[in-house]
Amino acid sequence: MEALININKLNLFYGDFHALKDVSLTIPEKAITAFIGPSGCGKSTLLRTLNRMNDMIPGTRIEGGIAIGGTEIYSDEVDVETLRKKVGMVFQQPNPFPKSIYDNVAYGPRLHGITSKKELDEIVETSLKSAVLWDEVKDHLKRSAFGLSGGQQQRLCIARALAVNPNILLMDEATSALDPISTLKIEELAQELKDKYTIVMVTHNMHQAARVSNQTVFFLNGEVIEYSDTEKLFSNPSDQRTEDYISGRFG
Amino acid sequence: MNIFQDANRKQIAGRRRTDWLLHMLFVIATSIGVLALCALIIDILIDGIVRLQPDLFNNFPSRKADGSGMKSALVGTIYMLLIMAPISFIFGVGAAIYLEEYAKKGRLTRLIQLNISTLAGVPSIVYGILGLALFVRLLALDRSLIAGALTMTLLVLPIIIVAAQEAIRAVPRSRRDASFALGATKWQTVSRSVMPSALPGVLTGVILAMSRAIGETAPLVMIGALTYVAFLPDGLRDSFTVIPIQVYNWLSKPQIEFKELAASGIIVLLVLLLLMNFSAILLRNKYQKNV
Repeated sequence: MEALININKLNLFYGDFHALKDVSLTIPEKAITAFIGPSGCGKSTLLRTLNRMNDMIPGTRIEGGIAIGGTEIYSDEVDVETLRKKVGMVFQQPNPFPKSIYDNVAYGPRLHGITSKKELDEIVETSLKSAVLWDEVKDHLKRSAFGLSGGQQQRLCIARALAVNPNILLMDEATSALDPISTLKIEELAQELKDKYTIVMVTHNMHQAARVSNQTVFFLNGEVIEYSDTEKLFSNPSDQRTEDYISGRFG
Repeated sequence: MNIFQDANRKQIAGRRRTDWLLHMLFVIATSIGVLALCALIIDILIDGIVRLQPDLFNNFPSRKADGSGMKSALVGTIYMLLIMAPISFIFGVGAAIYLEEYAKKGRLTRLIQLNISTLAGVPSIVYGILGLALFVRLLALDRSLIAGALTMTLLVLPIIIVAAQEAIRAVPRSRRDASFALGATKWQTVSRSVMPSALPGVLTGVILAMSRAIGETAPLVMIGALTYVAFLPDGLRDSFTVIPIQVYNWLSKPQIEFKELAASGIIVLLVLLLLMNFSAILLRNKYQKNV
């Protein structure tokens, strides 16, 4: 697998707090990479540097580099809006807009200038199909997204992210607010999507990382302790701290 | 085993009594407000109902109470609303968007914020003095409709800004995140995600501010809105009057008939206020249903 994202000696500060320390990492294309580690270890912070959502938190400072497909994303020439279009994100809590199902999915394409009804109809349909939600909602696309269950709302958020045609999909503990059955559906969906998209997921559920990911990265106190193939990391970790964490001795 | 055996009966009785006493106190506190309002409305209805006739709306004020009306005042109030509403909406909501979404949260922003909150509590007569100096004299607008409307705009701006800010602040962070994460710019996020969610609250704030404005008398007396106007304003530069000033004028006359007219004027003002507050509620419900 080819590396799509190259993170090189990344340091991130929130004011005086050193949140990420010398993080170096490669993330392979068209595979699922899972970030695991105890709360506050920096895994979500790193995820949010990949689409520069941290830019909006005042007092954030970054050193080092992140290149996606060879382009340094923190350089001045990079257009943040285009970056976020190519690097989609799904959040911990399902956060649909207070709009119809259709308008939720069409929100992104409309931002980027697509106005033709026919084109939008097509995007909405393919996106909802990709998120395996189409069959459940195709007869009431005009209904409010708030009428959907939590799991459906999260799949709607995935469809919304896919609608702008990203290469990378970031999932920030996307199943932690969902019941086990909805969680399973999202995990299956992630498996399907990795054929077309590069997926990076933060999870505090080790079993989820073991079940769905190809590569796992273990974080502790803002540092990357270890990263390797998921199978190797869980069966034969090379660092004692990784072993302690995955065997449930802390965290 | 009796799980109640170590209960302290005396202490329990004491707590119950305190509970009941406070309950009563709150009921009385509520009733006083409601009763006062009812007394006011009934008193005014008794006095003013006889004058609630077509004459009141069709005629201009005159020296004789019979056939005297408040056409010019009613029209003046409506014109003022029509000028004030769009101006104060644009500047008030614009300022609120700037302060909530664009301004860096530093010392300067906090200072501006403090000033706006203070301005919302400044007595209206002070705005009248400002309006007199700025619009009537400096900009030489004279005692005109536009001078009055602009003065009132200054008066309601802080109220609108504060209300709109609260509505904008109430929109969850996650909706902004969702929009930004799809590649939206700041303005796209504000206009397509934040404002549609905040609009019911913003509109309610604007309408409530408007209804405060139409009841205000002091600043308009200050800038010299006339008390006796027997014509309709012909343009922005024409002189004008409004309902509360007309009521004040009628009240200052000795004859009982004019007191009745004043009461009927108050009824019209109350109905107008009620309509505006009602439409605020309707608007809020309409938008809430859409989400």
